[in-house]
Amino acid sequence: MAAIILISIGVIFNIFGCIGLIRLPDMYNRLQAATKCVTLGCCSILVGVMVHYGLGGAGFRALVAIPILFFTATVAAHALVRGAYHFGTKMDERSVKDDYMEAVK
Amino acid sequence: MRYVTIFILSLVFWLLITFKFTVPDIAAGAVASAITAAIFGRYYFHNVYKFLQPRRWFWFVVYLVTFIWACIKANFDVAYRVLHPAMPIRPGIVKVKTTLRSDFAKTLLANSITMTPGTITVDIIGDDIYIHWIYIRSEDPAQYTSMVTGRFEEYIKKFAE
Repeated sequence: MAAIILISIGVIFNIFGCIGLIRLPDMYNRLQAATKCVTLGCCSILVGVMVHYGLGGAGFRALVAIPILFFTATVAAHALVRGAYHFGTKMDERSVKDDYMEAVK
Repeated sequence: MRYVTIFILSLVFWLLITFKFTVPDIAAGAVASAITAAIFGRYYFHNVYKFLQPRRWFWFVVYLVTFIWACIKANFDVAYRVLHPAMPIRPGIVKVKTTLRSDFAKTLLANSITMTPGTITVDIIGDDIYIHWIYIRSEDPAQYTSMVTGRFEEYIKKFAE
């Protein structure tokens, strides 16, 4: 039962992340939704898998996948944002500040 | 000594993933860990004796709890912004100074910032971290520095520096 609840929470957060990908205006804000909601959604699903299988082989593997997911998601987000900025992707017109511009020049 | 640490960590990781404790499995893991240690050993952990200080482990646990809590908050924050009809966003890139010295600590801080509410690390140049923030709450550098890095910086300083 607890496993089903955790997996449902994970799926719901993944859906929020996908809605964010569609609704938010520019690439940088979309990536915010993609990293945060999707990472915790996947972690929740993995914890649910661990609860379902117990602390055996599959459960432990699910648990080990969580830190890997965290590191890869954050590093990938950083690489994508930096790459997009250097490529010249425009920020949304609602943006209020850009300190990075003078550092790149 | 550095190589030994990497070797032990890789072997533990291998055993956790395969989760079989027969002799062939452990032997294969040992070979793989030895290769990993030979390649990456010189990059990490300049002072392995830090692993043996219980004080650092304590701060690591404190950091981990804070980090998980910040992650959960980040999700509700993003979910709120996404589902709100008017989408309350005020994005921008801010510059934040860090007092951390080692590369490992800086990497950890950048990763923590990416997972906390509304912020993504764009780049690190020297001591400055550039952060994309989905809702800039304040224009004052001192104030937003403490908002973004929060307590992470002091915890990371205590266990990783």
